[in-house]
Amino acid sequence: MSTKDTDFAIEGHGDISVGVHGAGASGDGSASATRITPGNALRPEDIALEISRGQVKPSEDIAGFALRLGDDGLILAQRLGHWISRAPELEEDIALGNIALDQLGHARSFLTYAGAAWDKSEDDLAYFRREHEFRSAHLFEQPNGDFAVTIARQFIVSFYQYELYSRLVESTDSTIAAISAKAVKEVDYHRDHSAQWVLRLAGGTDESRARMIQGFKLVWPYVDELFEDDELTTRLSESGVTVQPSSLRDEFDRLTGQILAEAELDIPGVPQAPGGGRRGKHSEFMGYILAEMQVLAREHPGASW
Amino acid sequence: MAPHGNPEEPASAASEIKREAPKVAAANAESTTTAPAARPGGTTGGAKEEHPWSLWEVFVRSSRGLSHVHAGSLHAPDAAMALRNARDLYTRRNEGVSIWVVPAEAISSSDPDAKGAFFESPQGKDYRHATYYTKSEGVKHL
Amino acid sequence: MASQNLQSVPAELSPEEQEREAAGQAYFDRIISEDSRIEPRDWMPAAYRKTLLRQISQHAHSEIIGMQPEANWITRAPSLKRKSILMAKVQDEAGHGLYLYSAAETLGQSRDQMMEDLIAGKARYSSIFNYPTISWADMGAIGWLVDGAAICNQVPLCRASYGPYGRAMVRICKEESFHQRQGFEILLELSNGTPAQKQMAQDAVNRWYAPSLMMFGPPDDDSPNSKQSMAWNIKRFSNDELRSRFVGMMVEQVKVLGLTLPDKDIRFNEETKKWEHGPLDWNEFKEVLAGRGPCNSQRIERRREAHENGAWVREAAVAYARKQAEKVNAA
Repeated sequence: MSTKDTDFAIEGHGDISVGVHGAGASGDGSASATRITPGNALRPEDIALEISRGQVKPSEDIAGFALRLGDDGLILAQRLGHWISRAPELEEDIALGNIALDQLGHARSFLTYAGAAWDKSEDDLAYFRREHEFRSAHLFEQPNGDFAVTIARQFIVSFYQYELYSRLVESTDSTIAAISAKAVKEVDYHRDHSAQWVLRLAGGTDESRARMIQGFKLVWPYVDELFEDDELTTRLSESGVTVQPSSLRDEFDRLTGQILAEAELDIPGVPQAPGGGRRGKHSEFMGYILAEMQVLAREHPGASW
Repeated sequence: MAPHGNPEEPASAASEIKREAPKVAAANAESTTTAPAARPGGTTGGAKEEHPWSLWEVFVRSSRGLSHVHAGSLHAPDAAMALRNARDLYTRRNEGVSIWVVPAEAISSSDPDAKGAFFESPQGKDYRHATYYTKSEGVKHL
Repeated sequence: MASQNLQSVPAELSPEEQEREAAGQAYFDRIISEDSRIEPRDWMPAAYRKTLLRQISQHAHSEIIGMQPEANWITRAPSLKRKSILMAKVQDEAGHGLYLYSAAETLGQSRDQMMEDLIAGKARYSSIFNYPTISWADMGAIGWLVDGAAICNQVPLCRASYGPYGRAMVRICKEESFHQRQGFEILLELSNGTPAQKQMAQDAVNRWYAPSLMMFGPPDDDSPNSKQSMAWNIKRFSNDELRSRFVGMMVEQVKVLGLTLPDKDIRFNEETKKWEHGPLDWNEFKEVLAGRGPCNSQRIERRREAHENGAWVREAAVAYARKQAEKVNAA
């Protein structure tokens, strides 16, 4: 992993003096607020490296589970990516961009890991699977709608993901645990971001409150699917790779309930949809998401980018 | 409304921005009375029905043990969001471990016109500096 | 650029005011001659303020509008790695617009007003963003050529005489150092890929080459404001000078890419020691600048839509902050 500082190196333009030293924007070189570093964290490339060295290889079950997590993140990132350049304010373009990049990062790690079971890369899985082979839950596929819908979706997603990843940190599968250790911190911030907005939209103007209520109404039918147990999660919870999704529900209800109560919002009394994403049964939206995401890669099969 | 760079308010524009951007809390009005009356360039004005987010100054501590340093500005509806926006905008490349946000209008700054008088006194007082004392040159540990 | 009378003299000043103006001008002149920096609250000539405000706001608008041609490919990026890079890059552009709007705000205009002007079609931005991105290779060409040209322009601006502008540019240049490289990499991958990919890359370079050269602005003898900007230490090099340097760099880099530049007249002039390029279609430049480019109305419409669709969100946040403050006060 690289931890090299990239302190103001603009190669290729060496003859144009910038006349500014490493001090950056604020004069005091040692305390620069513009010193940038790539940091030090688990990246998808590191997992790919471990795989290529034969250090890790998931079982069929574990790969199937990683696929679910990867697909959730990927589809959500695809949705969120659409906001960049369309957000309600420039600051929010950046915030949603950061969340999308976090989700995409998790997706890449999980897909890279999953792919090791079948000798496939993250891109093979993202671009060359067909709709029924995706394992994302329906919530992630829901359209962005207005900002309130996006926030409602993000609110549910981030509280769910936080509960899940905070358990997966203890997974008996060390790669799942490692990916989750990074993800849980990022998702914690997503919780905060969406909760802040739920409070503001619900407690802002009459219009924003109405939109927030409507937003929750639209996405709430897809909550139950997130907490459904099935044969795969049963097997994997027995071996300590994951926990049963249903075991996350109480804490999810409690924590989201606190924010909703503060926002003076009721849990929408809407019927739950049957879901089916974990079995490859998707919403009408999925086909369009994949068509757009995959179009270029499929025009050039085998190409590298 | 002080901005990028230095928390210094462009005196010429203060009234304009205040007219356009009513603040949630108008604390600590900065004295601009002595600032020269420059003419604002190109402000077209136009009353707005919308209330824009107010301006905040962001200070980032790049690592433990160092001071917070001014990084830039941003707009936010309140302090909580200003902090989060600052995190998203000014630390997305590991620039910091701590952030301060300050409403731009809460910053008082020295008067640019008074530069001479305000900062003249320390000039020439070399005896405040170790380099003034040459006789001890060569003496160890001094 | 509209040629306005930059040296507008205020109609009537009292002797006292005249004296203060003269003192301010003398102070300003000294700062400039010492190659030091002007800060927001310093006295500055009205024309200097106006020129800066125009240049910085246009620069900010260019970043914000410039998000669109690339955002167009985020959902279709052909690999997840490229998708991450592109998303981060477009996000950076929002950040750069933000830094620049902040710098412009120090000159006395609110960001909100600048945004209104942009949406109303009253403000300008770099005309290159009015061209469409019709293939993935355009992401490469934009990074390599457009960002390359932008960096050439921007690096000297880190030393612009106006402090907040220079500081914004330092931050921007640091962050942009990856933008050009990722574009170069995209083209290199394509050029080394299948024949169809290589063709895609060459086609993109063909389309973006001339517009990127025109990003440096009109030729020096047709650039009325350049001289004054250089005298004020805002600009450090002339349009033609920067363009020539850029051509020199691209000539070498395109060889590494295994592609060609669509310009048979590129040569190094041994006498002037400068790179020269073929004729550019300045009529097209002016047409696009005047609003008759392929995507002008689309770009503005998209910005308007985002801004107006966001109004209720911005208002909600302000209303919430007000209510919270009232609660605290009441307690």
